[in-house]
Amino acid sequence: MKRPEPVQVIKQRRDAALTSLTEGVPFVRFMGIRFDRRGDELTAILPYDDALIGNPMLPALHGGATAAFLETAAIVELAWAMLWEDIERAAGPEFSLGDTRPRLPKTIDFTVDYLRAGLPRDAYARARVNRSGRRYASVHVEAWQDNRDRLFAQGTGHFLMPARDG
Amino acid sequence: MADSEQDKRDRLARQFIEALPFARALGLELTRIGEGEAEITLPWRDDLVGDPEAGVIHGGAVSALMDTCGGAAVMSHADVPAGTATLDLRLDYMRPATPGQALRAVAHCYHVTRSVAFMRAEAFDDDASRPVAAATGAFTVER
Repeated sequence: MKRPEPVQVIKQRRDAALTSLTEGVPFVRFMGIRFDRRGDELTAILPYDDALIGNPMLPALHGGATAAFLETAAIVELAWAMLWEDIERAAGPEFSLGDTRPRLPKTIDFTVDYLRAGLPRDAYARARVNRSGRRYASVHVEAWQDNRDRLFAQGTGHFLMPARDG
Repeated sequence: MADSEQDKRDRLARQFIEALPFARALGLELTRIGEGEAEITLPWRDDLVGDPEAGVIHGGAVSALMDTCGGAAVMSHADVPAGTATLDLRLDYMRPATPGQALRAVAHCYHVTRSVAFMRAEAFDDDASRPVAAATGAFTVER
């Protein structure tokens, strides 16, 4: 019987896979979005920045910044979920995506509900893939700031799945 | 000649939009506003790319363009006395935007009640006959 891999190796491989999804995407860097991982659960983090403000009088986060944050969280969650089984099947601390980066899902449509003004604080988001078929996926995403139960925005999107090899 | 009410409203809306920090960060340029309509351009920028392989701009940048343009259109409507905030925004992405080209959004606030303003928008690259994206949104009417 095969000995289980040391936990640190598994963590390194999962983190390498997550990094490969987001590094090299200029817009993710422009927004300053980061991802925190616990097992397979991702939390997107939008650290507060003055440049994210819409109405300086309130001040409140720009609705466009909130929409961009939610959409990014949804796409990365979906791409991560598609990759998860490959990550778990692989061995060693590295995770190679092969010659080309995995093609990211393409947004078909995305709807944002603005539930309350976004405060000048860090924002967090978690997405849930409600349906993932061969061609289409439906993803829901919730965003909050100080209190997990007080969402400031939520979104739902449909995505076109990238063609898989073979 | 004294400014008409509409001119004053348009000038205020323009100043307001161009002062939004996130709009400035994206480099948005308001090119036309008045009577419930607005046009905003997002010049091409490498750092807004979402798909590095294809060089296509990220949907989030398009959302921000549409939200700003929609808000500007609502603010310029004669029946909206003060500010506005987005209640909901839906975006349809019809095709990838052509790499290297600016995006131009055109928004129309087509109905206003006492409490809600309704908005439709489209975004184009250099091909004005095929929209890249469309949006519909509901905005608050602050009184």
